Amino acid sequence: MKLTDTLQFASGSLRGSPTRTLLMILAMSIGVAAVVVLTALGEGARLYVINQFSSLGTNLVIVLPGRTETAGIGPGMLLGQIPREITLDDAEALLRSRAVRRIAPLTVGSASLSRGALNREVVVLGSTADLLEVRHMSVGLGKFLPAGDIHESASVCVLGNQMKRELFGNEQAIGQWVRLGDRRFRVIGVLSQQGESMGMRTDELVIVPVASAHQLFNTSGLFRILVEAKSRDSIEDAKHDAEQIMFQRHNGEKDVTVITQDAVLATFDRILTALTMAVAGIASISLAVAGVLIMNVMLIAVAQRVKEIGLLKALGAPPKQIRALFFAEAALLSGIGSVAGLVLGYAGSVVIGQVYPMLPVSPPWWAVVAACGTALGTGILFSVWPARRAARLDPVAALAGR
Amino acid sequence: MIELQNVCRTFIVGDQQVAALRDINLRLDAAEYISIMGPSGSGKSTLLNLIGLLDRPSSGTYLLDEGNVTQLSDEQQANARRDKIGFVFQSFHLVPRLTAAQNVELPMILAGIPPEERKARVQVLMQNYGLSERADHRPDQLSGGQRQRVAIARATVMNPTVLLADEPTGNLDRNTGWEVLKLLEGLMDKGITLVVVTHDAEIGARARRQIHMLDGRILSDEQTN
Repeated sequence: MKLTDTLQFASGSLRGSPTRTLLMILAMSIGVAAVVVLTALGEGARLYVINQFSSLGTNLVIVLPGRTETAGIGPGMLLGQIPREITLDDAEALLRSRAVRRIAPLTVGSASLSRGALNREVVVLGSTADLLEVRHMSVGLGKFLPAGDIHESASVCVLGNQMKRELFGNEQAIGQWVRLGDRRFRVIGVLSQQGESMGMRTDELVIVPVASAHQLFNTSGLFRILVEAKSRDSIEDAKHDAEQIMFQRHNGEKDVTVITQDAVLATFDRILTALTMAVAGIASISLAVAGVLIMNVMLIAVAQRVKEIGLLKALGAPPKQIRALFFAEAALLSGIGSVAGLVLGYAGSVVIGQVYPMLPVSPPWWAVVAACGTALGTGILFSVWPARRAARLDPVAALAGR
Repeated sequence: MIELQNVCRTFIVGDQQVAALRDINLRLDAAEYISIMGPSGSGKSTLLNLIGLLDRPSSGTYLLDEGNVTQLSDEQQANARRDKIGFVFQSFHLVPRLTAAQNVELPMILAGIPPEERKARVQVLMQNYGLSERADHRPDQLSGGQRQRVAIARATVMNPTVLLADEPTGNLDRNTGWEVLKLLEGLMDKGITLVVVTHDAEIGARARRQIHMLDGRILSDEQTN
């Protein structure tokens, strides 16, 4: 029997009981669609996080005060010391490393921003001119913080896009004075609209020179130092150098944490990929259920078509041909079900993409392949038993309908 | 050419052995017309199933065209059935979702014959049996006589050596029954051996060779002219 004839005969018997066939295809397609949609969501979440990290800057090494590793109890802990803070001199010293292109020290605090009667609480970021490049920000109007000695304070500020709109509306903001805490600052620039990145809304920030921020908040320590390595390959060197420099400057004490953006990214990537796969696994349970359904339906089909099977045997169909016919039916069912499920799943992904525009929802290729593979696999696997049962029927008894 | 030597067939019903066929010796030649008669339970259907390779003897030897077919595998038996044996059943056994033409085509599909040749052979047969206008009808749109003619067309489409008919007129009225019987008898001209199982003495009497069975044994085997 030719393959095309086998398929034609199988599709004929599927058309013979359209309701059953449609229900089976529906069950199979729901399973496939579930896998596609859920993995699309998981993959969307992963891409979202990765995009957020990338928008933070490229080739970044981040220096934080304090040691987050737990390596026993240090002497400082027993004396109740808090970790030594990172100073502006420490930050400047990092530039000695060959692997480092530029740095941006960061101080963060909150203060009330006011202009005339308008007043609101804002997050104030103290940094330097290089922050613009390091953090991939862009200036919409005016200019960014002036370059120069980082110890030098200046009464200038750059407003986030939303801050500008709230304080000035459509008025000219550049050159105007605003009050931040107990000091006056002149607006020299406005950031272009950027949205959210890593939980920090740059649109609602006010950026001032780091020395001014220190005066404003009466501190001398840095929140962190963003270090941009010269290239992707020099990230590890930059990290090592930063550790060495801080170690020397802090009298041989390892009291800072240096992390690379890549390491954080890789961790998130691993976690979210694992999550996506777990979700795909859960969704594929529905595929297994669909497989059991196929087995049930095929068993019923064998029972209902006993006479037909007997006839095929009488007409000279060997057992393997009978098996092939039932396999073909199962394969057609799960094949059509897979295609329908893919269509359904992709449509669902598009809808989710419309509802959550910031999620880059797209089903990963491996999930699509796995879903279809599992659908076909379970369909055929679960039809082994019914097909064998059909092939083993005694022709005499089958012809009599027994 | 069919030869059965000391063939027995026993069934196990519950814990009892029931002998359906006891020590059958039989030889059927090409283009013979044989009727097998006997009351129900006499073993005539079992004999037909054995000859048709649907069943295997418990002991004894079955030679089909000089070849011993008792030792063949399931697949080889299926192939022998496909190429050498045609069946006509009392209840027609047409596939309800296929048209008359598709039902006739079925054995050739199983044999892997290319579609063009299938179409041509189906067309010739349908014409010979006066079914051309009914080719695209499903079995439930056909009369009993037409259904049996489709079944005969299907049984002969592979040009078998032997055609086995089990009560071929059992579900038909008298007139259509005669027509179907004449159609079957006409096949002998092509050298096909025709075996008709019946318990209708009038139909059985039409065969040149009449075998009477009782309790799994051949009671009489008469040749008439």
